[in-house]
Amino acid sequence: MKLNKIKDLKMMADVIREDIITSLVTAKSGHSAGPLGMADIFTALYFNVLKHNPKKPKWDGRDRFVLSNGHICPVLYATMANIGYFPKKELLTLRKWGSRLQGHPHRTSLPGLETTSGPLGSGLSQAAGMALAFQRDKKSNKVFVSLGDGEQDEGNHWEAVMFAGKHKLSNLIGITDRNYIQIDGNTEDVMPLDPLDKKYEAFNWNVKIIDGHDMKQIIKVLKASRTNKGKPLMIIANTIPGKGVDFMEGKFEWHGKPPKPDEAELALEEIHAHEVEERGDWVTKHNKWKPIHK
Amino acid sequence: MMKGLNKNLHLNFDRKLVPTRSGYGDALVELGRSKKIMVLCADLTDSTKVNKFAKKYPKQFVEMGVAEQNLVTVASGLAAVGKIPFASSYAAFCPGRCWEQIRTTICYNDQNVKIIGAHAGVSVGPDGATHQMLEDIGIMRTLPNMVVVVPADYEQTKKATKAIAKFKGPCYMRFARSASAQMTTSKTPFKIGKAQVLKNGTDIALIAAGPVVAECMQAAEDLEEKGINVMVINSHTIKPLDKKTILMAAKKCKKIITVEEGQITGGLGGAVAEFLSENYPVLVKRIGMKDRFGESGEPAELLKKFGFSAGHVVKEALKMCR
Repeated sequence: MKLNKIKDLKMMADVIREDIITSLVTAKSGHSAGPLGMADIFTALYFNVLKHNPKKPKWDGRDRFVLSNGHICPVLYATMANIGYFPKKELLTLRKWGSRLQGHPHRTSLPGLETTSGPLGSGLSQAAGMALAFQRDKKSNKVFVSLGDGEQDEGNHWEAVMFAGKHKLSNLIGITDRNYIQIDGNTEDVMPLDPLDKKYEAFNWNVKIIDGHDMKQIIKVLKASRTNKGKPLMIIANTIPGKGVDFMEGKFEWHGKPPKPDEAELALEEIHAHEVEERGDWVTKHNKWKPIHK
Repeated sequence: MMKGLNKNLHLNFDRKLVPTRSGYGDALVELGRSKKIMVLCADLTDSTKVNKFAKKYPKQFVEMGVAEQNLVTVASGLAAVGKIPFASSYAAFCPGRCWEQIRTTICYNDQNVKIIGAHAGVSVGPDGATHQMLEDIGIMRTLPNMVVVVPADYEQTKKATKAIAKFKGPCYMRFARSASAQMTTSKTPFKIGKAQVLKNGTDIALIAAGPVVAECMQAAEDLEEKGINVMVINSHTIKPLDKKTILMAAKKCKKIITVEEGQITGGLGGAVAEFLSENYPVLVKRIGMKDRFGESGEPAELLKKFGFSAGHVVKEALKMCR
């Protein structure tokens, strides 16, 4: 199911935000800020940009999507459920005993996951390994990798940055969730990363900086990334952690905790309030995507 | 010809010293015919003996630079799209430097990656303790999904390399730097998880892995002269341990000595003791590095000093048998 209209993609991102909130409040633990901040980009990837088939998760011709920052998996799960990898009601099992939706993603638990992640800084290397194999075998598959900014404190990450630059892996597209927060505070206080764009340029990467909530811009840059040439591409997406929920937005305190039931109710109301009339119609028309809390 | 030798193994004892690691390099050259095989190396191409492969199959070789965390995680990515990567370095650096990456992205992620730790043990010699990896068997053996193989000589390393290439799943193989005496031949079978009873005996069983197996054979010969009938087992696979063979040895001999060029905790001796204490408790004496670091010196000097020589094995066996 591909969504081509910007309006549809925006509506879908809000459905995904609602599902994130619902799965987190049910799980009673997990990360809130990152998943909400990346909802627009994940929607764009799965509903428009990636070559994939939820019914054939092992299809050879698919692009690979690697989640390096495994802790934001609630957004990956919500996106995968909405596009049909598994039933939406399974989102209510997040982090629970017996669930395929492990607290941090486990590849062999859930079809459609490309890697196991959680420990930070290793996703880019794995994506680079995939990209190298495709490059050497002259295959056209692309490899997209979602990266946190805080995880770029890790040495392993920069080893991979050098490696991808050396091999000119133009089929490798990194997306950095530049939300400036990590567990202990602002990234620039914990361990400064800026100027991040110049770092990648110096390591022989192409760099694009985007507003991670401007759907038009997201789609334009991600689509163009398919014809990226000569060097690997890093898309630095400026995002607002907790995007869509006023009391979470921009607050590092929401990095690693879920909303309590009353907070979840408030959050859902707020996401709802977005273009409420238009949206009500849209959800009715697209019943299969009805948010799970309804 | 020594009494009790297992004829089915087609052994041929040869004091000519050949580096075990060359067995790895030579096997890779044969394996490289399959495009799936890829070899990655972290700036140690010559000394890990992957240079011949690199020359013959440049498109299947990846120079990683001095970056062991990237070495194993790139390997994980290659495996994810169907390659069979061999990630090669010194054991001190890989798995020494990159254990968590192996745990998460290879074992828990169940990727078909082969981790190769060269230059393991004190016999690395003059480089000193930083490079003498002794903890690798312990840290790899505790990982779920991981197979741990420690071949004894050139031929066995060659066979083990081919066997792990064929096996689907994470494997760790370690070998030493210095050349070792030869026992196995091209006719000697090799099966992951199947220990080899090199010599039958009834008084005491020596269970070893790696080049020290040759020391155990020497020790067995010396002990026979003193009237002690020794069984020698080459437990080249430490995980999965060949429980059947070890149980047989315990029942038959009632006394066991394990020998390995690694820390006394967590390695082959640990694995044997864990298994027997729960199933058939007999006296198990472990010979290994006694919870300390090595030091610079010639391999032979160090093996003697730290108690990995045939003479040391004989001494321990006599203590247990008298």
